[in-house]
Amino acid sequence: MKKDWPLWEVFIRSKNGLSHKHVGSLHAADAEMAIENARDVYTRRNEGISIWVVESSNITASSPNQTEALFDPANDKVYRHPTFYDLPDEVKHI
Amino acid sequence: MEKLHDLQEIFQARIDADEKIEPKDWMPDAYRKTLIRQIAQHAHSEIVGMLPEGNWISRAPSLRRKVALLAKVQDEAGHGLYLYSAAETLGVDRETLIDELHTGKAKYSSIFNYPTLSWADIGAIGWLVDGAAIMNQVMLTRTSYGPYARAMVRICKEESFHQRQGYEILLTLCRGSEAQKAMAQDALNRWWWPSLMMFGPSDKDSQHTEQSMRWRIKRKTNDEIRQQFVDATVPQAEFLGITIPDPDLQWNESRGHYDFGPINWDEFWQVVNGNGPCNRERIRARVKAHEEGAWVREAALAYAEKRKARNAAATKVA
Ligand SMILES: [Fe+2]
Ligand SMILES: [Fe+2]
Repeated sequence: MKKDWPLWEVFIRSKNGLSHKHVGSLHAADAEMAIENARDVYTRRNEGISIWVVESSNITASSPNQTEALFDPANDKVYRHPTFYDLPDEVKHI
Repeated sequence: MEKLHDLQEIFQARIDADEKIEPKDWMPDAYRKTLIRQIAQHAHSEIVGMLPEGNWISRAPSLRRKVALLAKVQDEAGHGLYLYSAAETLGVDRETLIDELHTGKAKYSSIFNYPTLSWADIGAIGWLVDGAAIMNQVMLTRTSYGPYARAMVRICKEESFHQRQGYEILLTLCRGSEAQKAMAQDALNRWWWPSLMMFGPSDKDSQHTEQSMRWRIKRKTNDEIRQQFVDATVPQAEFLGITIPDPDLQWNESRGHYDFGPINWDEFWQVVNGNGPCNRERIRARVKAHEEGAWVREAALAYAEKRKARNAAATKVA
């Protein structure tokens, strides 16, 4: 039998109050074993208190070719930023 | 044709602007190939690199030394895994990478084809081999390919303990009996030149350097990092009170660097091409571990299937 274990993406929460962050990937036969492997591969020095694993094939990513189409609409909307609004300096705490 | 040319120009412009390249971005085939070769070679080095040190785990002179060496070797396994997964983002699969190591198609660092004859060798490896690897890896934290750079940041954080534990072993031996100090000197004699060879052929003979620099895969040439290593290491040897086996080694005031003698490149190419003292033994050990681990990989898959079936049955009942 020649079959690779599937690939999993690993996300770690380093401490409460922070979100999980992608740290890399690994191979494992199923999700539970992926978590056990992630513990050994990615948290040998207390790097985390919580692990998420997602099978890589289940991730849908935006395409880099569409970067412009996707993000352009936000580009010209300067009025979404606080600096767009002119207020006199005397006005405080705003 | 025109379009490919444009893509290449845009790509190079991004590199020149120090932008990172991420897995799904367009990249020239040759860039992808170079990275796969380099990252795989790096991963294989971490994995094969466990063998010479693993040889001494059961014979470490104290429990303190043993847990440290065990943790270090385990880190190297982790480094191999980070790197394989970085290589996989480029579209090559793990099994292919492992096959290429086992069939001799892929290379790994030639340093790991030397034997570890005494406990002092474990000190010398941590100090010199990990020390040399750190120089190279610190440079690579700024490499242009995102996943490779991130793996390097993680690895560099873990490496410094490796070098310190090695140096501490030698320091202890050098402060011990005459016989212990002689052991440390003997280890330095055998590991010094192979460590300098770790940085690869001299710039004038290195076929990949120029293109790799243009793509910012590498940020320094082989000779530059080699010099940096020599400059950092000579004072450390002086502190230990042992002698680097190079009669030409001396401080050059005008260059602001140490001059050192010629490297035996014949030896380097002999070892790279499979004729070092332990090449065959290393690959044999890797293949054996892989084959004898086959049942574990199969059992894990079978267990995963069983667990899935059991969970499915349980949800049906509920
Ligand atoms: Fe390493
Ligand atoms: Fe290391």
